[in-house]
Amino acid sequence: MKSRLKKRITVFDIFNNLIMIFVLLVTLYPFLYLTSLSMSSERYVYAGEITFYPKGFTLGTYKVLLRDASFWISYRNTILYTALGTLISLTLTVLLAYPLSKKNLKGRGFFLGIILFTMFFNGGLIPTYLLVTRMLHMRNTIWAVIIPGAISTFNVLITRTYFEGLPVELEEAAAIDGMSTYGILLKIVLPLSKPILATIGLFYAVGMWNNWFGPFIYLDTKSLFPVSLYLRNIIAGAQNAREIAGGEVEGFGDIEATIKSASMIVSALPIIMVYPFVQKYFVKGIMIGSLKG
Amino acid sequence: MSPETKAVNATGAVTRAKLGWPQQFWHAVKKDWRLYSLLVLPLLHYIIFNYIPMYGVIIAFRRYQPGGPVYGSQWVGFRYFQMFLRDAGFWRAFRNNLIISIEYLVISFPFPIVFALLLNELKNLRFKRFVQTVSYLPHFISTVIVVGMIKEILSPSIGIVNMVLKNLTGNTINFVSEPKWFRTIYIASGIWQQLGWNSIIYLAALSNINPELYEAARIDGASRYQQIKYVTIPGILPTVMVLLILNIGNLMSVGFEKILLLYSPLTYETADVISTFLYRLGLINNNYSLGAAVGLCNSIIGVILLTTANFLSRKLTESSLW
Repeated sequence: MKSRLKKRITVFDIFNNLIMIFVLLVTLYPFLYLTSLSMSSERYVYAGEITFYPKGFTLGTYKVLLRDASFWISYRNTILYTALGTLISLTLTVLLAYPLSKKNLKGRGFFLGIILFTMFFNGGLIPTYLLVTRMLHMRNTIWAVIIPGAISTFNVLITRTYFEGLPVELEEAAAIDGMSTYGILLKIVLPLSKPILATIGLFYAVGMWNNWFGPFIYLDTKSLFPVSLYLRNIIAGAQNAREIAGGEVEGFGDIEATIKSASMIVSALPIIMVYPFVQKYFVKGIMIGSLKG
Repeated sequence: MSPETKAVNATGAVTRAKLGWPQQFWHAVKKDWRLYSLLVLPLLHYIIFNYIPMYGVIIAFRRYQPGGPVYGSQWVGFRYFQMFLRDAGFWRAFRNNLIISIEYLVISFPFPIVFALLLNELKNLRFKRFVQTVSYLPHFISTVIVVGMIKEILSPSIGIVNMVLKNLTGNTINFVSEPKWFRTIYIASGIWQQLGWNSIIYLAALSNINPELYEAARIDGASRYQQIKYVTIPGILPTVMVLLILNIGNLMSVGFEKILLLYSPLTYETADVISTFLYRLGLINNNYSLGAAVGLCNSIIGVILLTTANFLSRKLTESSLW
């Protein structure tokens, strides 16, 4: 410990810190660049003058964007899909992980086999698409977005690992007091499992927030689009950005860039804002997962 | 289960011993029906959304007609397989898939390891935590936004990269429309997205190295460089090996969504991979059977790779997935 306290600064330390600062800059620069684009006036954007900060500062682009009804509808949809999807996913994951954490459960190996096999082999895109659209008739419903991918096997496994680590004595005592399995799960196990519920809940929430491909193949009705799909469409140019601007801003290529940047910033904002406070949960999830893997 | 049965046999208590596992299982379910009832919904989900599509792969062997039965109307055997194996587009996608996967693995793999090693050498712990937190962020940004960023930054008319190029060389490059730039963009952005996140597992391995080893090395007069070489690197080597093998097992799975968002007919030449190829066959051209045949082929390659990698892992590192 003493040699650590000396803290001799070597050439290596200087280089190392410089490398780390470089990593920070490279990681953050795209966010800074997008923000700058979205807050600059079109004149400077079009001239390609934006580098590190906004030029001709304006919030006009945001005003234009926020007046676009379809943006808000898709934003509301994303919030709805994320909230409902996370709730359903969490419920299904806990329901599966809890019995599987009981070592003496008869048929445990069989059930585990069923879920593990799906990590190695799946039917693929086309059969799943046919199932959702032709057999379950979920096309153009919120269920097509939420239900097919509701359970992640990885999350089931880390939740199970967490449950296995809980002290059995509490559950045994509750059982002796006559509490049923349902009561034990709800009143004893879940209150002790807040960290893992937060972890997998956040994994599911981020996944649902960012999900665009499911909505892309299963939804045609614009009023059901989540914001990720709205974004995909303006980035792919399927929806002309000028349509949103409603001809209020003159020029063309420039406006598209500012509108695109602003909508990307607004839709990533919740993740960027909440992320620093919850990232320890994600890391915890990976740690539990890596112990098994 | 069998040792239990034998033990019961030995004591002569025949009633339970005679029960096969279905009956034993049924007894357990009756006794603990509440616990088993929890499994019903999630298992139903697995059956519907994982096992029915596995059965649905059968469409690769049947002719699908719009409006006809979901799983096709007529058995055609391997016709669709022969069809895509003769298709130059498939082989282009196969080759691109292999090249992108291998290049990505070889180039990106060392970054998180070096990053973790360097983080580990930082003396200011608050700075270390800050760098870590920032570096994980891109992992959580949606692919749509990542691709949007790439297109803005590389835009030939306003993007920062081309503005710098223009000042230096007088020319601009339309990066996202040029086939020869596709892999570079894909790999570089992949490193940007995953550098921090992938370093977590190495940091965990580093924190598990016994501090006494460093103490002993210092007493023996090892310099910091020597400590890294003889203590740190051997300490994380097993983790590195396991991850390398896992990555080889998942070689064929590329970032389907990112490629789908990033490529265009202009860049198919280098960018089209198996998953995007089958997506266009199946869902754009509505040739479900052909698409499913390509998909099945892809899944089988995946299973073979993973099984081989797992076998090698067990031989070489004594740790494996199963």
